[in-house]
Amino acid sequence: MTIEIKNLNIYFNEKTKLQAVNNLSFGVKKGEIMGLVGESGCGKSLTSLAIMRLLRKNASFSGEINFLGKNLLNLSAKEMASLRGREISMIFQEPLTALNPLHRVGKQIGETLKIHTSLSKKERKEKTLELMNEVNLKDLEDTYKKFPHELSGGQRQRIVIAMAIACEPQLIIADEPTTALDVSTQTQIIDLLKKLNNKKDHSLLFISHDLDLVGDLCHRIAIMYAGHIVEVIDKLKDAKHPYTKCLLDAIPNPLHKGKDLYSIPGRVPTLSERKNGCPFAPRCPMAKDKCHEILPELLEKKNGHLVRCLYV
Amino acid sequence: MIYFIKRISIMIFTLFLVSIISFSVFQIIPGDPALSKLGIEASQEQIDTLRIELMLDQPASTQYIFWAKNILKGDLGESIRFSRPIKELIGERISVTLSLGIYAILIAVAIGIPLGILNAKYNDTKFGACLSIFSQAGLAIPEFWLGIIFLIVFGIIFKFFSLKYVSFGDDPMAHIGILTLPALALAISRISVVARHMKNIILEEEEKDYVRTAYSKGLSMNKIYIFHILQNALIPTITVIGMLTAGILGGAIIVEQVFNLPGIGTLLINGVTTRDIPLVQAIITYIASVVVIINFLIDILYRIIDPRISI
Amino acid sequence: MNIKVKDHNLIIGGGILIFLLLITGVSFFYLPHSVTEINTKLKLSPPNFPYLLGTDNFGRDILSRLMKGSQTAFLVGIISVGIGSVAGVFLGAISGYFGGKTDEFIMRITDAMMAFPGILFALMFISVFGVGIQNTMVAIGIMSIPTFARITRSGFLREKELEYIKAARVRGASNFRIIYHHILPNVLSPIIVAATMSFSNAILAEAALSYLGLGVQAPNPSWGRMLSESQMYFMIAPWYTLAPGIMISLTVLALNMLGDFLRGYQER
Repeated sequence: MTIEIKNLNIYFNEKTKLQAVNNLSFGVKKGEIMGLVGESGCGKSLTSLAIMRLLRKNASFSGEINFLGKNLLNLSAKEMASLRGREISMIFQEPLTALNPLHRVGKQIGETLKIHTSLSKKERKEKTLELMNEVNLKDLEDTYKKFPHELSGGQRQRIVIAMAIACEPQLIIADEPTTALDVSTQTQIIDLLKKLNNKKDHSLLFISHDLDLVGDLCHRIAIMYAGHIVEVIDKLKDAKHPYTKCLLDAIPNPLHKGKDLYSIPGRVPTLSERKNGCPFAPRCPMAKDKCHEILPELLEKKNGHLVRCLYV
Repeated sequence: MIYFIKRISIMIFTLFLVSIISFSVFQIIPGDPALSKLGIEASQEQIDTLRIELMLDQPASTQYIFWAKNILKGDLGESIRFSRPIKELIGERISVTLSLGIYAILIAVAIGIPLGILNAKYNDTKFGACLSIFSQAGLAIPEFWLGIIFLIVFGIIFKFFSLKYVSFGDDPMAHIGILTLPALALAISRISVVARHMKNIILEEEEKDYVRTAYSKGLSMNKIYIFHILQNALIPTITVIGMLTAGILGGAIIVEQVFNLPGIGTLLINGVTTRDIPLVQAIITYIASVVVIINFLIDILYRIIDPRISI
Repeated sequence: MNIKVKDHNLIIGGGILIFLLLITGVSFFYLPHSVTEINTKLKLSPPNFPYLLGTDNFGRDILSRLMKGSQTAFLVGIISVGIGSVAGVFLGAISGYFGGKTDEFIMRITDAMMAFPGILFALMFISVFGVGIQNTMVAIGIMSIPTFARITRSGFLREKELEYIKAARVRGASNFRIIYHHILPNVLSPIIVAATMSFSNAILAEAALSYLGLGVQAPNPSWGRMLSESQMYFMIAPWYTLAPGIMISLTVLALNMLGDFLRGYQER
């Protein structure tokens, strides 16, 4: 396991201790692309920020995040800074705002190298151009000098990816990297990520709300709801948890032309609305009385297939 | 380019409005300007001649056009009290006010920007609260009072600074010396403005995505401040400097009076006290126009510096 | 509402202001000594009992004069903010609400007005209309119109697009009713913040004008004029200069802090 999260809890607000992430546990293997899927507000982004230790000051947490033999949650700021960009890196959702508008893009890639390596200025530039080539950018010398606002969305995201792979990290976290891009660019970026993962054998944690996309790219998928993992599967078609099945039903299917689109009734509860029992019970079509009282454990049904449900 | 042209036309229109306001206000004066210039002893004939000369019998719009044309030609009229062309009077004194103004801006920026950065860094702490009370105090103290105290304490009691004005040409060091106290008085209240602006901008920038990216690359907080946030924060701070200029020009009017500097401010007060209308009108129009032009320049400068915006 | 360290603005600013208002209030009924009685034997004496802040060059009690001066300061503040806010909000409302040429026109004029920095506008006004407390109040009031106009205008621009306004129109509400009854209450909070800041600016402006001899004239009391009177005696009687200066600073500080607090509060 490259990274293993054990019993991660994330709380906000000292006084009321609203819990955003509950007892989260999962791991990602070397070379594996792991999908983390869920609706907005389920805690998936928070989990990724927790791994990077980039949570806001008003968030508190407990548990373990084991990476390269250390618990990331116990590291000092300096130790963590030395890991970021070098062993763990992140790709963000909106590449335009993720890049400094005043710096040329080549320089921004070079910055990662400057922080973590002892390459000379010339060597950094060479390596940057290499990286830009790896992410399929064209007109390298020209693009190197451009400002972020001069590039297209797809180009910008490639720059961000180049920054992320610069130091050959063990783990890359991609937080909805394609959500802000148009569909054709999305496909290109997904293919690029696949190719890079094959080549470099790093672990990739791919966060998204798009089940379809995740099904295509990921080796394994964890589905989150209201701060809990409710299912972990290899193939979407094997899904057993009611929530996952509802999500799959909600994907528009051209075969169901003419029928109403399915959507799960109700909405994700806010932090203060969360009650005891199974988090999905209020909206679950299969819910029974017990579901509102007892929080089911995440149990292994078959090989690597985990489900959190009393009745599956 | 289009923006530039649009901006220039707005500036010209604003200057036009400024001149209209300046002109109109002084039309309301009760009494006869010709009479006040010549005195009660003057004969009716003399008064009438002067009235025609001063175009007082013409409608307001004609008077305005005449006045405006003259200004554009560089003729600002003649002072009633000094009986000299106002242009000369201003010309003699403008460098004093200019020096004072620039000096004050430099001090305000040199202290205000670091103060703002500190204030942002220690925002939610007790130290931050102290800094901010400190800034607030600076803002509240009347600059002319500060000027009086500086004048007396450092100029008279301790004699750190000379009080007799010397121009830059004559003796640069002494010139800077004598302007230090008044510049400080002017600057202190503005330091808070700069600091607060800087702090707010930095706090805003801290929330931005590119800062999060910088952290995720493993950059330390200090380096992020220096290499990322500051550059982005300095650009909007230029607009503050534009605001400062207007305030400092206004404040200089009084501070010059406190320190008895031979600048435009003292000339203006003199004019107001002696009801030297042409003088007051000319100076006010002049100062307001300078403010409009400076704001325009700052706006253009802002756009040149930010690579995201094209002129 | 939890009050924390960051609410120091409210606590300190509010505290000082209440203290000052008390002094002003008391001054209407009671002054420790006469403000006008000349007593050359006592002139320029340092703070002692019963002249708590010392006496001025005519032997008058400084504390009493300060207290009376606070009446002027608050009066000037109230009237000028009153003038500025009423006129400014009116202009800003029609500018923001009706938009188009009206808006352009009003905005250009306020821009031109804002080009007259500091007390320049007031000086212009006073040189035409003469000195004195009334002209001072009107002049300062006019000076603050652009600020109120801008803030009101931006509030109106923001609010008039919102759903509840469309709903009101559909119900047949007249423009006046929409402006006065619907939008204005929602735009009130930044206007109040602006009013607080204008109040403190007014006090500074009046002090400056009176210092120059162009504002409030004798026998009306004024902190600014006390400063100019005291200037030549600084070496022998520093308290005479310090007292009014500190009063002005405290008042302005309190108002600014309150303004800051209100600004932070309305953003929450």
